[in-house]
Amino acid sequence: MKRFFAPLTDPIVRRVVVASLTLGGAVGVFGLSFGVASVSAGASVWQTCALSFFVFTGASQFSAMSVVGAGGSLVAAFGGGALLAARNFVYGLALSSSAKSMAGSLPRRIFAAHFVIDETTALALAQESPRLRKIAFWTTGIGLFTFWNLGTLIGALAGNAIDPQKFGLDIAFPAAFIVMLLPHLRTKLSRQAAALGGVLCLISISFFPIGIPILIAACAVLVGLRND
Amino acid sequence: MPYWLVYEMINPQPQHLWLMIVALAATAYLFKMFGLIVLGSRQLPKVFDRCLGLIPAALLAALVAKDTFSIGQTLVIDARVAGFVVAVIAAWRRAPLIVVVVLAAGATAFVRAI
Repeated sequence: MKRFFAPLTDPIVRRVVVASLTLGGAVGVFGLSFGVASVSAGASVWQTCALSFFVFTGASQFSAMSVVGAGGSLVAAFGGGALLAARNFVYGLALSSSAKSMAGSLPRRIFAAHFVIDETTALALAQESPRLRKIAFWTTGIGLFTFWNLGTLIGALAGNAIDPQKFGLDIAFPAAFIVMLLPHLRTKLSRQAAALGGVLCLISISFFPIGIPILIAACAVLVGLRND
Repeated sequence: MPYWLVYEMINPQPQHLWLMIVALAATAYLFKMFGLIVLGSRQLPKVFDRCLGLIPAALLAALVAKDTFSIGQTLVIDARVAGFVVAVIAAWRRAPLIVVVVLAAGATAFVRAI
């Protein structure tokens, strides 16, 4: 235990750990709202917890349950969730050059892959040395995983106990999506993709089964074909 | 396409939710794993990278549109628009998620009540 906490005497390491855990706390609140929203969309407490434990990539979980809650097909729910999970592939690529120094042997890297998400990638890549990168990846990964799942469990139990409609909680999904969307609007190209995605979805809502318009909106990423 | 898949698309079965959860978990993991371990440090075309990076912007915007302006397959403008406006302002002011949700839910509930 002493050896485990020894690196914390280093101020730089401490700063990384504090940043990771602060982020973890914020993510816990996010997990809480996922728990409430998922249960109100029709999932059981167990299903909600399984999503957070095994899928462990927030936007995908929210998206899938939003489609399920609206009465869409499970195939459409899966499709939207899977598309949103695809960006983790890019994160994996970005981290792959430091995978060996962060996780070591192949079995460990296979385990580490579960934690390749927005936050771990951002914090790990922000570090300069391989050692700090390793610390950032694992404290963020394990910290987030713990808070995210705890938050989900508490939210799911609370959501089960109250009537979500009565508290205006049907707005929890769009509110969470807005919060998740903002950091993705930094470039002109991404703002165009967002605007086009929203418009494509609204146009197709009346003509296609629930959930399919979300998949149609994915065509908006083709604005990325242009070079700017 | 297998028959059950077509059937599921026309006639969703909520008791199959576990299937969706397992499929989504496997897919999400494979995406993470392929990038980190299988493809390694191979370089992908820049265009491919750019398009994948735009998925969250396009899909999250679509989800916001769907959850604010539709019920099922019908476009509607109702009390949720108030919540939407409040959520956008609060999120833009960098309010934490819980504040955004509470303010948006409050605005929606308020408009519904009047």
